[in-house]
Amino acid sequence: MEHNIYIYILVMAGVTYLIRALPLVLVKREITSPFIKSFLYYVPYATLAAMTFPAILDSTGSVVSAVCGFGTALLLSYMEKSLLTVSLCSCAVVFVVERLIL
Amino acid sequence: MIYKKNDARIIVRGMKDGIPICLGYFAVSFAFGMLAVTSGLSVLQAVLLSLTNLTSAGQVAGVSLIQAGAAYYEMALTQLIINLRYCLMSFSLSQKIDRKAPFFHRFFISYGITDEIFAVAASQKDKVGPGYIYGLISVAAPGWVLGTLCGAVAGNLMPASLVNALGIAIYGMFLAIIIPQAKSDKVILGCVAGAMVLSALFGVIPGLKRVSAGFVIIIVTVVVAGTAAWLFPVKEPAGEDREHGT
Repeated sequence: MEHNIYIYILVMAGVTYLIRALPLVLVKREITSPFIKSFLYYVPYATLAAMTFPAILDSTGSVVSAVCGFGTALLLSYMEKSLLTVSLCSCAVVFVVERLIL
Repeated sequence: MIYKKNDARIIVRGMKDGIPICLGYFAVSFAFGMLAVTSGLSVLQAVLLSLTNLTSAGQVAGVSLIQAGAAYYEMALTQLIINLRYCLMSFSLSQKIDRKAPFFHRFFISYGITDEIFAVAASQKDKVGPGYIYGLISVAAPGWVLGTLCGAVAGNLMPASLVNALGIAIYGMFLAIIIPQAKSDKVILGCVAGAMVLSALFGVIPGLKRVSAGFVIIIVTVVVAGTAAWLFPVKEPAGEDREHGT
């Protein structure tokens, strides 16, 4: 199973570009299928949620600090803070918690 | 001549609107750069990945697939599913772009369709000229690439406690995208909760544990978004009212 990282990057870039370019270049009319429209509408939420949990629990040095950071991110994003604020505050909480434990 | 003068002003307006996106990108791609290097990519590979892909969710998933030594078709399929939302945005933009603008611009604009750039472009009142989108991309994309470079380089030099802390940054951003929407829309809340539970099950149930990370994301996304679309079809055309995303 020898895999070249540059080929991976090429595959990723090619697929991602085509997804972006094809509708813009080919489609002149609007999509009409309510199912496809709805499916595409829900995709980002399902994808990002699936990528976040449970992976977030392994993203730091310990599960305890990860849970604290996760809680912080949930709370701040519930309060509708900006992407940057949520991101940096959860980092800060993880940093402090790991200092306290170790 | 007047036309050209106008064009320059539109590009500058796009560049100004791109500044907040650039700053946000820098912080998140810094974390991505570290993640990429700790996952075994070189600094050059991490930067090349960011330069050619310009997308956070797809790149994070891509790095984990590279680390796992996944098959190329699995990588292609994962990118297709994760980035499928750009299709919707691209569709939407195809209606929004000034039809008087030369067609070839669409090939270049396509490179920079991200959630944020789309959101800003789509929220403009009138038709959008290519110049405005070029302005956005020209400021936002360097933030993404430079952030990756700095993260990839500094990741090696920083103490473990700091690296550990920054490891959560990208997930914090993902939550900041989905949670506010879940608050106001119960179906989205259901999607978020359902997707988290389902992907957690893949890590716990013995038979499902062998399924690779990329396919877990594909399966969860198709099942959850498909069920939601089947049970709760969206009435209004989606995508226009989204404020931010990846």
